[in-house]
Formats: sequence, structure tokens, C-alpha cells
Amino acid sequence: MRIFGSASYRFIQGRKKAYVISSIAIVAGIAAMIVNLSAIGSWQNYGVDFEGGSLVQVGFEQDVTTGDVRSALGGANGPDVTEFAGENEFLIRAPQAEDATVNQVREEIETALTQAFGADAYVIERTELVGPKIGAELQRKAAFAILISFALTLVYIAIRFELRFGMAAVIATMHDILITLGFLAIFRVEISLPTVAAILTIVGYSLNDTIVVFDRVRENMGKKGARKRDQVDLVNQSINETLPRTILTSGTTLAVLLALLVVGPAVIRDFSVVLILGVIIGTYSSIFVASPALIEIEKRMGEKKPKPEKVIKAEDAIPT
Amino acid sequence: MFKTMRGRIIAIVLVCLAAGYQLWSNGIKLGLDLQGGIHLVLEVEDPDNTLTVEARADAIDQAETVVRNRIDQYGVEEPLIQQSGGDRLIVELAGIDDEGRARDLIQQSAFLEFKLVRPVSEIEGQLSRIDRAIVNEFGQDSLAALGRAVEASEAGQSQQDLENILFGAGADTASEADSAAVADSLAAADSAAGAEQEEAGEEAADQDAPNLSPFGSLLLRDDSPTAGPVPGSFLVEEADYEIARLFLENPRVQNALPRGITLAWADELVGAGANAYRRLYVLSEDNFITGEYLEDAQATRDPQMNEPLVNFQWNRAGGRVFGRVTGANVGNSIAIILDGRVMSAPTVQSRISTSGQIEMGPGTPMEQAADLALVLRAGALPAPLVIMEERTVGPSLGQDSIDQGRLAGIVGLMLVLGIMIVYYRMAGVLAVGALAIYVLLVLGGLAGLNATLTLPGIAGLILSIGMAVDANVLIFERIREELLAGRATRTAVEEGFGNAFSAILDANITTLITALILFQFGTGPVQGFAVTLSIGIVASFFSALYVTRTFFLIYLSGKKASDPISI
Repeated sequence: MRIFGSASYRFIQGRKKAYVISSIAIVAGIAAMIVNLSAIGSWQNYGVDFEGGSLVQVGFEQDVTTGDVRSALGGANGPDVTEFAGENEFLIRAPQAEDATVNQVREEIETALTQAFGADAYVIERTELVGPKIGAELQRKAAFAILISFALTLVYIAIRFELRFGMAAVIATMHDILITLGFLAIFRVEISLPTVAAILTIVGYSLNDTIVVFDRVRENMGKKGARKRDQVDLVNQSINETLPRTILTSGTTLAVLLALLVVGPAVIRDFSVVLILGVIIGTYSSIFVASPALIEIEKRMGEKKPKPEKVIKAEDAIPT
Repeated sequence: MFKTMRGRIIAIVLVCLAAGYQLWSNGIKLGLDLQGGIHLVLEVEDPDNTLTVEARADAIDQAETVVRNRIDQYGVEEPLIQQSGGDRLIVELAGIDDEGRARDLIQQSAFLEFKLVRPVSEIEGQLSRIDRAIVNEFGQDSLAALGRAVEASEAGQSQQDLENILFGAGADTASEADSAAVADSLAAADSAAGAEQEEAGEEAADQDAPNLSPFGSLLLRDDSPTAGPVPGSFLVEEADYEIARLFLENPRVQNALPRGITLAWADELVGAGANAYRRLYVLSEDNFITGEYLEDAQATRDPQMNEPLVNFQWNRAGGRVFGRVTGANVGNSIAIILDGRVMSAPTVQSRISTSGQIEMGPGTPMEQAADLALVLRAGALPAPLVIMEERTVGPSLGQDSIDQGRLAGIVGLMLVLGIMIVYYRMAGVLAVGALAIYVLLVLGGLAGLNATLTLPGIAGLILSIGMAVDANVLIFERIREELLAGRATRTAVEEGFGNAFSAILDANITTLITALILFQFGTGPVQGFAVTLSIGIVASFFSALYVTRTFFLIYLSGKKASDPISI
């Protein structure tokens, strides 16, 4: 069995369409972030990890509705209550008050629940209490981590390939992150530490995909007569040659992620969703963003200076 | 050796055995989010930012000493207590069932007190009374069931005999887990037997109780020269510590102690391994002074004797009291007690008022003096800690996560196997074999590096199963291309592996870069994810390039160069 065995799609020629699609996705995401800014006060739905505050997961013995829990905790003025995966399981989120200690909120919640349902009716399964200082620090660290990963991969690819490959890969990765963040903003998925880990994993996955295509471009460029060939053709051919692998690997990765989403632990459901989305976007971007970016950069750089005489061979690019 | 077929197979078998052994002997350490527990980040309280960097560092050192001391007493297995960023303390306690108590334990300010050490002879005559109280309290039957209902030992019986009577030959292997189990079953037996005993009335029980010595038999006289002319402490085998502590904590047993006398455990062990003992000090019940009168304590080195010293200063009121007590007790020992634990018990050489020094004895490492000074300062300057972050996970939630994660892993693995076999047939089967080895290597690597498996780590592991086949897919696609280009089977396979190499290398290294950054940036669970991902990348590199290739060589070995292969 072989899929896309002799594919010869004109991907690069269709790049304008891809630019439109990507732009719409990115603009929609940014719009959602702006809407969020006025509606919930921040770009994203930051979880307690980043915003500070309390998250308490409670399980009840008897049947309890979200409304029961909410009214026990003070109704509309009380903390946010949502139903969680299991039966009679709820997540209670409360913001961090200015001078309260992290434990005060949890104690208040416990007191209110005990008053309404009795001490034995519920079990606190999980608590996450984060002070505002830690949250702010984590925000900085997360942004820093993503930037550093950009810088390092840019350097690595520039050494192993050429600078323009590195630039194209980073553009594609930024594209993936922007769209993912936009998606998170649109659906107000909670941004927690695992979500950031998922975003960084997407960076890794997307790069992985892009590099496989670029590796083929590098190889085809090193072949006889490659200099005379149209660059668009050459890149197109490289994408098509690697297409079966791209589809198959994305397929197996999506298969395991779907398994994780459907039967995996509920606590990391958001994490799985972000990863699934990232794999799809990463696959798309390695074909429709990274490779066209390579051509665009080539065009821009080509205008400034004459075409390099040197033919890049795979062996040349390997540092000694 | 790695090139020949036999060498390859041997290398793979060895690697698998190593991974299997690591997995079997170490097991995989579970993160707090999987086994349940509490994670706390504490900071020295300083709302107005008035502390200098040094003062902050000192305060966090003191806090670490105090917290460590208390957690050791609480009996948590493998607690993690570490400083971070110069002014923070991270505490992780696994398998805690009472978070409130753990929290209080950590946040209370330290209590440092000084008590006089009394000669052991003051309590030896009362040991039978204490033993009777234990028998009454815990019940003869439950003690007998535990092998603790020992006939009172006769004077002059050698220590070795005592140990044989107590434990038989297996004494040395008694582990902490054992004592914990003992404590549990005792507690269970307690409710049944205790009620019965109470009805009978204490007096009657006193007379009925045979001459048993569950506690007294655990105490060993310290005849070593270090004990001083008048020993003030017993030694208890570390293996017996849990049960002895359980006996002593009982209020009725406490009541049986002679008036004005109390017993307190030493913080540090004497000896090590199977010969580890813990001192049990006999002390005056009331302290004569507390840490709040202490002004400072510093570790230094005696310039003449070159032996470590701890200098300490009292304020004026403290100096008066300390001078009076030390003046009256020259030659006796004074116990320095932090939160109920004896940290040190130096002998008084002369009267000390406002400033004195503790000689640590020749050959003592300087760190020990520094630690003692830290203990004294911790009592002098209790550093209040604020909780900056707290995460707790109940044990049942953790178990659910493991179960669901395992199920997701198995389902995911099956899906990948199905896809690979349908798509690549025989080559797919070979890849599946390599994937099985991959999973073993990742688990073995986690165990061998003593890495912690967290919930995102499980997700990372499952994700890496999907990605691990990527290298195989790259290779197989190359082989197919070469076959389509008309190459002979064997050449096509060689070329396929060769051509795919650069893509696999670069792709893996960039992913590794992101994983390392994640590790740097993240805390607990996220770091667990990064570690799993990194180990997965290295293992997939080996499994795809070496293991799959070997399998291919085996598969091709029975074929002629031009025979078709199933790919």
C-alpha cells in the first residue's frame, strides 16, 4: 500500500491561497484576543498557573448540579464553577485577592461547601493555589522559553542548512504558534503550564516536519543540474517526494493523540486538544508556509545579490 | 563488533537487558500528580522588601533546617526539600493524607529549648512500669502477634541474646515499611483489645499482666566512652525506632514516666546501615530556657586545636538564667532541642553566662558545626514563611490518571501498530518489533536516570510513540523510492537507511533542543514531560537506525540480492 506515491501537486503555485487562509486564521485569533481583553480582562484565559489564584477540584458522593455548587459558594458573586469530566466532579476557580494568602481562598471554599453539603459529602481531589508573584514570573519565563527555542533552532538550522532555511523554519513556527494561540483565544481554552508545554511541543513537531521537507530540498539542490532548475519546481518536487511520509507520520501521531484524548486522563484533555491542533497546523505549515517562505526569502535575497555560485551539497553543510 | 550480525544482536540484547534490569530494580518514580501528595513553594516573609540578600539567604537556610527537621519527624518517605532562587523553598511530600497537618508543620515557627540531661539510672527502675502501661494500652494479644511481647530480660544478658530473642535471625533486614505495617496493625488491634482492657480496670490489668517488656527490651545501654561518665541516653536500633516512638507517643505511656522526666529522640543516627542506632535522651521535663533569648550563633574553628566550635550569645536576661543553670551543672550535659528533637547534647565544662562556646570535638567536620549554629539561629530568629504556591493531588485521582494513561498508551500503540502493518506489511512488522524495544528503552531510561514520571510525562511518552515511527517511515519511504528506481533489494535497503539519516538526525536534534528548553523553563510536571520527550528522542534514534536495520539484515539474510521484499 502506498498513498500519494507519485504525487505531483503544485503546492508552491497555490501558495497565495494558503497565505489567505493563514491570514484569516491569524486575524481571527488576534480579533478574539482583543475581544477577550475587553470581555475577560486578558488576552487569553490564563489559568491559575499564570494569573495566580485558586483551582479546586471537588468530587461529590451524591448527585449535585453545577447550580447547587455555585449557589453554595455565593452565586453570581462567588467563584467560577464548571463541571469536570467525571460524574459529580467540579472545578472551582477563584481569583487571587490582593492581600489574601493562597490558602485563604481554599479555606473559604471548604467552609462554604461543608456548610451546604456536610463535611463527608465531598472530597477535595486536587488543589492548585498560586500566588500572583509566581504567576507573573511564569508568564515571563514561558515567553522567554519560546523565544530562546526560536533563537537556538534558527542557529542550528542556519549551520546545518543555510540561513534562509532557518529563517523560513522560524517563520513557519511563528505561524503555528500564532494560529494555536488564536485558537486558544477563540475557544478560551485555559492556558496552564501543560498548555505551554504543548505549545513548545508543537514547535518541536512542526520543526521536525519542516526539516524533513528541507532536507529533501537540500538534497535535490545538491544534485546535478539543480542550479539551472527552477527553484519553485525543485521545492515542489521535494514536498511531493516527502508527502507520503508527512501524511503517514501525522497520521500515526494523530492516532495516538486521539487515543489520549478519548480514553486518557481528563486532567490533560486540554493538553491533548492543543497537541492535536498543533500537529494539524504543523503539517499544513511545513507544506504551505515553510516551503513558500523559503522561495520568498530566496527571491528577496536574490534581488540584493547575485545568485551564489556555490552549489550546496549535503556534505558541505555538515560542520566538521 | 557492532557491524556483524551477531555483534548487532548481542548489542541489542545487552541494551534491552540493561533497560529491563533498570526497570526491574529501580522501578519508575511517580510524580506527585500521579501518586498524590503536596507541593509547596515557600518564601521568607518580607512584605516591605527590607531584608538584604544575605539576610534572606540566611533566613532561607534556617527555614530549610527547620522544615527538614520537622518533616523527618513526620515520617514522609523521600521528601524533596530544596532551595530555589535564593529566597524560596520548594517542599514536595508524596503520599500525604493530611495536607492540613503538613502545612502547619511547615509554617509554624521553630521552637528551640534547652533541657538538662539526666542519668539513665533515673528511669531504669521505672521501665517495668512503662512496659506494663504499654501492655495495658496496646493489649497483650496484639503485642504477642507482633513478636513484641518479650519476657523481661534478666540483668547481665548479653546484647546479642537480646536481639535474637527479639527478632530471630532476620533482625537486620527489618525495614521501615515493616515498622509502618506494625504501626497500622497495632492501631487496628488497639481498638479491639483496648476496649476489653479498659473494662477490666487498670488495677486488675496491672496485676494480671505477665512480666512482659515490649519497650524496655528495645533500649540498649550505651557503654561506649563517648557516652561520658554518667550516660544520659539509651540507644535504640533504628529498625525498632518506629515502634518505640509509637509506644512513647501514647499519652498513658507518657503518664507512666517518672515525674519530672521526659524522653526525647536524637535527630541524628549513630552508626550506619544495619548498625544504625538512635539515641533516646533522658531529660528534665521542663526546659530552663528557650531560643528567644539567644542573640546569635556562629561556627568557627579553634585556632589552636584546629577543631570546630560554635560560639553563641545570650541577651542579658538569657545570660543570667543560663549562667545560674550551667554553674550548678558543671560536668552534666545540656540538650539543645529543636521542635522536640535533640540536636546536640554538649557537656558543661564551666559556668557560661552571656557568651559561650560548644566544642564539637576533634575530627568533627566543619559542616556539623555550621549546622548546629544554624539550628541555634533558627531558634533565635524564627523566619516566618509564606506559601506562594500549593498544589495537592489526592491519591485516587493520581491512580485514575495512571490507569487512564496506561489505557491510552495501549490503545495508541495498537493503532500505530495497525497502521504500520497495514501500510508496510513485513517491514511494518519489523518496525513494530523495533517499537516494542523502543518502549522498553524509554521505560528503562526513565528508571535508570531516576527521572520522575508525571502526568504530562505520560502524555509525552504516548506522543513519542507516534513520533518514534517517524524515523522508520522516513527510512521505509526511502527504500521504496530506491526500489521504484530499480535498485536491487539489498542496495535499496542500504541506500534507504543512508539517505534517511540526515533528515532523522536534524529533525531529532531540533526536537531535542525544544525539549531541553522546556526542561530549563518548567517545574515539576512540565520537566517530567521534557525528560520523557528527551529520552524518547534518543531511544527512537537507536531503535530506528540500529534495531530496525538489524531486523532488516536478519530478514534479508535468507534472501538473494534480487528477491523482492515486503514493504
